[in-house]
Amino acid sequence: MDKSELLHLSAVELNRAIREGKTTAVEAMEAVLEQIEKKDGQYNCYVTVAGDTALAKAAEVQKKIEAGELTGPLAGVPVAVKDNMCTEGLLTTCSSKILENFVPAFSAEAVLQLERAGAVVIGKTNMDEFAMGSTTETSAYGVTRNPRNPEHVPGGSSGGSAAAVAAEECFFALGSDTGGSIRQPASYCGVVGMKPTYGTVSRYGLVAYGSSLDQIGPLTKTVEDCAAVLETIASHDKKDSTSVERADTDFTSALVKDVKGMRIGIPRDYLGEGLDSEVRDAVLAAAELLQANGAVVEEFDLSLVEYAIPTYYTIAAAEASSNLERFDGIKYGYRAKDAAGLHQMYKRTRSQGFGPEVKRRIMLGSFVLSSGYYDAYYLKALRVKAMIKKAFDDAFAKYDCILGPVAPTTAPELGRSLADPIKMYLGDIYTISVNLAGLPGISVPCGADSRGLPIGLQLIGDCFNEKKLIQTAYTYEQCAKEGN
Amino acid sequence: MAREYETVIGLEVHVELATQTKIFCGCSTAFGGRPNSHTCPVCTGMPGSLPVLNKKVLEHAVAVGLATNCDITRYCKFDRKNYFYPDNPQNYQISQLYLPVCRNGYVEIETEEGIKKVGIHEIHMEEDAGKLIHDEWEDCSLVDYNRSGVPLIEIVSEPDMRSAQEVIAYLEKLRLIIQYLGASDCKLQEGSMRADVNLSVREVGAKEFGTRTEMKNLNSFRSIARAIEGEKNRQIDLLESGEAVIQETRRWDDAKETSYAMRSKEDAQDYRYFPDPDLVPVSISEEFLEEIRSRQPEFRTEKMKRYKEEFDIPDYDIDIITGSKHMADIFEETVALGAQPKKVSNWLMVETLRLLKEKELDPEDIRFSPEHLAKLIALTESKAVNSTVAKEVFEVMFEEDIDPESYVEEKGLKTVNDEGALRRTVEEVIAANPQSVEDYHNGKEKAIGFLVGQTMKAMKGKADPAGVNRLLKELL
Repeated sequence: MDKSELLHLSAVELNRAIREGKTTAVEAMEAVLEQIEKKDGQYNCYVTVAGDTALAKAAEVQKKIEAGELTGPLAGVPVAVKDNMCTEGLLTTCSSKILENFVPAFSAEAVLQLERAGAVVIGKTNMDEFAMGSTTETSAYGVTRNPRNPEHVPGGSSGGSAAAVAAEECFFALGSDTGGSIRQPASYCGVVGMKPTYGTVSRYGLVAYGSSLDQIGPLTKTVEDCAAVLETIASHDKKDSTSVERADTDFTSALVKDVKGMRIGIPRDYLGEGLDSEVRDAVLAAAELLQANGAVVEEFDLSLVEYAIPTYYTIAAAEASSNLERFDGIKYGYRAKDAAGLHQMYKRTRSQGFGPEVKRRIMLGSFVLSSGYYDAYYLKALRVKAMIKKAFDDAFAKYDCILGPVAPTTAPELGRSLADPIKMYLGDIYTISVNLAGLPGISVPCGADSRGLPIGLQLIGDCFNEKKLIQTAYTYEQCAKEGN
Repeated sequence: MAREYETVIGLEVHVELATQTKIFCGCSTAFGGRPNSHTCPVCTGMPGSLPVLNKKVLEHAVAVGLATNCDITRYCKFDRKNYFYPDNPQNYQISQLYLPVCRNGYVEIETEEGIKKVGIHEIHMEEDAGKLIHDEWEDCSLVDYNRSGVPLIEIVSEPDMRSAQEVIAYLEKLRLIIQYLGASDCKLQEGSMRADVNLSVREVGAKEFGTRTEMKNLNSFRSIARAIEGEKNRQIDLLESGEAVIQETRRWDDAKETSYAMRSKEDAQDYRYFPDPDLVPVSISEEFLEEIRSRQPEFRTEKMKRYKEEFDIPDYDIDIITGSKHMADIFEETVALGAQPKKVSNWLMVETLRLLKEKELDPEDIRFSPEHLAKLIALTESKAVNSTVAKEVFEVMFEEDIDPESYVEEKGLKTVNDEGALRRTVEEVIAANPQSVEDYHNGKEKAIGFLVGQTMKAMKGKADPAGVNRLLKELL
């Protein structure tokens, strides 16, 4: 099979081609590694590429496929993993200097699930440091560029994963989503990205940012791939107390092109001030397409949207301030040299090891948890979180899914966002309430703006309702492709 | 010195729970492994690792709560206590602040002043930290995470105690309850039970509490009593000389019988407690509570009452034996194997206590099995060994828990019951000691003792002294 033709395949198409003997897992890996060689100097999607190890594993997997031991839809498919998921024996930096030399002794449960299914890890993708950021510009290992337009950011924090899928430097990728970190870069890079219901994918081995909000999910070329990957990584894990036992993880069964009678609500609050008009038009056009195919679409008021951002930044920063305490130079990672005594060692290690955005959130989080402020900030944020969940519960009594934009704009130019963090935080307005409410959300490409930058359509479902999302997203994707 | 003062004391007691595995991972809690050999990604705070609650810990905590008349919090949570120190691998300790598992309990203590209730404010579950080892030779510090994640409960009393005597009675009461539950061995010296003393003084009749201090590093009942006395006097001296007591944490130095300030309230850290998002809240069902309730053992008071009814042994013995769950278990099991209660009690009260004292051990350290004690008693009953030999065998048993039957057999310690051989030996002794024989005949009763001794010596101790005595009298 021709290499460039091969790179265009989706994950499940590649697996089919391998099983049919048209290509092999090794050829696919070679093609991907060549593509990385060719493109990654410019895009910088990867922090670490496993190279020879990946090829050796691909060869093993090929044998198992031939022996009939691996029959799943991801067997032999090269995958990129966000650098905040532990990979045994493979550098895991979280794009931070403080973990510049950290090689985990175990792999994240989601990575293990993929490996058991025969997917082969290519390497680790760049991200905003510790997943804090919306542009992949806070990485200690350089910015990642958007393959659709290298002068623009790929979004974040899973920017490396989204860009790697878009640049055909992998066939699919894993990302993590705490406030939109899968859906927003998927939208900016024109790929599919999904954040599952909290508890669906084990967090064991995911280096925590905001533990009560973090969820691992797929970044893929198609909705079909997204369903196949989610089906593979969803698992009840006894090592993660927040992992949920659910029987309905046969997500590929929802790949049905049919939205007749599907009740879809569009929050008016998601179409208001701050939303770029081209994004708005593309999202509404997508809604019309679904309506034309039988969905019942209407606008409604989803209250409390304005409170989502302060609530999110209070809770996520609070948890992060505590989660990141373990990076102290004692046990692993970077340690400042020549410190006089323990205290100075801590201070210097953390001052030198963390970047400015991480420090900002640690300070913010430490503040909202400190005695005297805990009730006014953290506790209040938890109450608002519960109210937001309630508002969604009410909405899902009326609708099967909620439709809206992923982000107010398309991908900004490089270097524009970090100077104004508040504005950057406001960019999360449509994605973060999904995390606060623990809901599943998917981003599907729905066209491009006049500059050719991709626009994403967001569909939000009730807890454990991924199937309705997949069905709606799949129907939209197929109809849009067919032009009807 | 006209003013009279009252001491007000509250205790924070940490108890290490006797679980096989740690509180949030599957690592062993066993003592004495090579440094960092009982560790995993969870208890060393590796990135990406997550805690999962060990259900046994909850069972122990609830059992202690029920035994101390606490309300059990049906929906309880774990919180993170954030502070930086290398013995704490995540730099936060998982503990309980907002919704501890047990609240509002009490225990009854008995002192010379009578019976009194000491309130329990709360009991919470938490993890222990690792151990720092300062290598002065290499000028560096090393950390051992074997203890990191070992489960603890902290029992916080109300400030209800007024003297060292009450404090000791309270600690003894807790120790017995917890030992009887099998939740911990509660050894102060080894640190499986640790007590911090919060103490203040006030003028008798005052309504408000005085400023309190917290005393740490108390690892025996004796040092607790001394520290209370010392701190009380220090605070009274301060007040008498017109100075104020400063709220601070102090460390007791038992060798110097004095304490020094560790940190004052002003440098108190802000632990930034918040609910641990990695652990789901614990819902305690009625079934779970019922199961724990049904497993509660017979506690000491009930046991003492039953012993009085069932066994013909002195109250003093009952008091000592039931003072240790382990000793009471040995007593009951030995009796169940057919030994006479009085005999069992004698072995425990005399030889066992003597050896424990000699070797500076606790009753919890007794290693010999009830089977072996029962066998030894049977050997003495059947006169297969005499009492001197029995005591020697017991000492070996106390050390190594040997089987007394096979030991006596192997070492040839059985009493010689061969009348002919004994008679020959006695005749030889009489022939060899004419002076003593003469003394005896002259009315010196004591002389026979010497002859018995000589015979026993010739028999290498393996004779029944009463039999020897009888035979000597007969032959003389």
